[in-house]
Amino acid sequence: MSAVQAVDLKRTFRTRTGLLRRTAKDVEAVRGVSFRIEPGELFGLLGPNGAGKTTTIKMLITLLLPTGGSASVLGHDVVDDVREVRRRIGYVFGGDRGLYERLSAYDNLRYFSELYGVAPREQKARIGELLELVGLTGRERERVEGYSRGMRQRLHIARGLLHDPAVLFLDEPSIGIDPVGARELRATIGLLKEQGKTVLLTTHYMFEADELCDRIAVIRSGEIVAEGTPTELKQRVPGGRVLEVETYGVPEATVASVGEVGGVRSVAMEERGQQQVLILQCEPDAEVTQGVLARLGGVRVGRVVSREPTLEDAYVELVTRA
Amino acid sequence: MERIGAVLHQQLVCYRLQLRVLSTSLFDGLLAVFFPLMFATAALLVYRIKGDPEAMQYAGLGAAIMGMWTCQGVIASSLLTRERWAGTLELLVAAPTPLSRVLVPITMALSTIGLYCVVATILWERWVFGLRLEIASWPLFVLSVLMAALTLALFGFFLSVTAVRYRTSWSLGAALEYPGWLLCGFLVPVELLPDWIHPLSWSIPTTWAMAAVRESANGGSPWADLARCAAIGLAYAVLASYLGRRLVDSARRNATLALT
Ligand SMILES: Nc1ncnc2c1ncn2[C@@H]1O[C@H](COP(=O)(O)OP(=O)(O)O)[C@@H](O)[C@H]1O
Ligand SMILES: [Mg+2]
Repeated sequence: MSAVQAVDLKRTFRTRTGLLRRTAKDVEAVRGVSFRIEPGELFGLLGPNGAGKTTTIKMLITLLLPTGGSASVLGHDVVDDVREVRRRIGYVFGGDRGLYERLSAYDNLRYFSELYGVAPREQKARIGELLELVGLTGRERERVEGYSRGMRQRLHIARGLLHDPAVLFLDEPSIGIDPVGARELRATIGLLKEQGKTVLLTTHYMFEADELCDRIAVIRSGEIVAEGTPTELKQRVPGGRVLEVETYGVPEATVASVGEVGGVRSVAMEERGQQQVLILQCEPDAEVTQGVLARLGGVRVGRVVSREPTLEDAYVELVTRA
Repeated sequence: MERIGAVLHQQLVCYRLQLRVLSTSLFDGLLAVFFPLMFATAALLVYRIKGDPEAMQYAGLGAAIMGMWTCQGVIASSLLTRERWAGTLELLVAAPTPLSRVLVPITMALSTIGLYCVVATILWERWVFGLRLEIASWPLFVLSVLMAALTLALFGFFLSVTAVRYRTSWSLGAALEYPGWLLCGFLVPVELLPDWIHPLSWSIPTTWAMAAVRESANGGSPWADLARCAAIGLAYAVLASYLGRRLVDSARRNATLALT
């Protein structure tokens, strides 16, 4: 039996706009997602913002009803066996919400132990163990108010593990954490895997998925566009070169026209402070620099760098390809 | 047997922790502790001009329940909204524990805050104004105060559910704070209000609790008022739990942002 199974899972949101003449618009956030996660596996759902990662997770943890397809966790249907599913899963989301600020870390864990049905006489030992696991031992009596983002996130993970769930859902746990905190967090997630937990991790960082996951599914606009082990995905990186162009205030239309230059496979834009960096995936031997600069015309351009493609580029190409 | 023990343990621990959450957010500013006392002071200063001990008794009792109304009522009516902002509402809903068992200790913690307000006001009245309230029957008086706290928690909880369900009604709880001083007969008898307002007064359990408190202090029988108070409080509890369940269902089905 799979730990998690999703079959053609779909979710449409109906959003209403306008005060007087309300018009309904349907947003297809998840359009037929299928995957299986085996027990003990660390499975990554990798995709950009708005790809449908959170929506998929919320359906699996019973907080959202699918509008199509079906899913089960450890053989229990997420629509019909809500209690059974909830008992067996842990859920941790990124960001610094979801804790009682005025309570100490210890009290937060005690509160949720009660709600998640940890037997009274096991609570103390369990909380101690988890504080140790996430590296918060010694700080547990302090109020969460004073915690850094990374500490909160690790406390969240401890909270999600209180009832020793067999399956853990981590939704972008590293969001907003500094590099050191993120590394500690990855170490903690690695430990979970060693303990034999099944983990579904969503992230939009390729290297994070690469370092941690046994298998990765890349999701884009609500659909899975690639699936495999990190090594398999790496082999999909097409030979070629990457051209990075720093620009200032480049219009959308110009970005699109740059993509039409001969030899350019795809173009993605990344905001870096004041700059927009255009990342162009190019054919191996194509000479595109001149053509690109011509298209950019009057736009102010900074450095132009040509480099070998990385894994991240493979991911970028997967999620930006039309 | 072990299950019952575990449930009791759960309720007790959750009560203590919720009380800690509520009391630290309430009492963080020293000002908040003195809030009800300020109202009591203002009320007694006004009534003292009459030099009539009966009027002082009236104002003293009214100010005590008014303190409860203001502190407890305001916290209760914004309860779910605060859980939602903190991002904990979703976790409470996703927990395997039924939502009602999550909410009972919260209600109890809210009532405790209300009781604190009453006790603090009575002591303040005694120390600062030398006002000794004449209480004909202490057991009935205590019962009436407990009923006031419990039903106010239920009423506030009802407001907090509607606040999450219908966004615009969030201000309703806050908007009721000051009219409540008049509606519930804390300082002015309800009978003095225009007739068309009476139904509004009667629909708030605290109006009946206030009447019961006065009856038991003045040697009358509070039972009729207590019964009405309990019935109305219960009605709000039933309504709140119905709306609450609808809210969670609708959040799952329509993905209203209600939970996050
Ligand atoms: N409650 C909602 N109502 C309407 N649209 C929503 C809602 N939640 C998410 N969406 C939309 O669904 C899409 C997927 O969102 P989400 O699952 O949060 O993406 P991700 O977690 O991958 O960033 C987005 O376009 C988002 O705007
Ligand atoms: Mg998300």
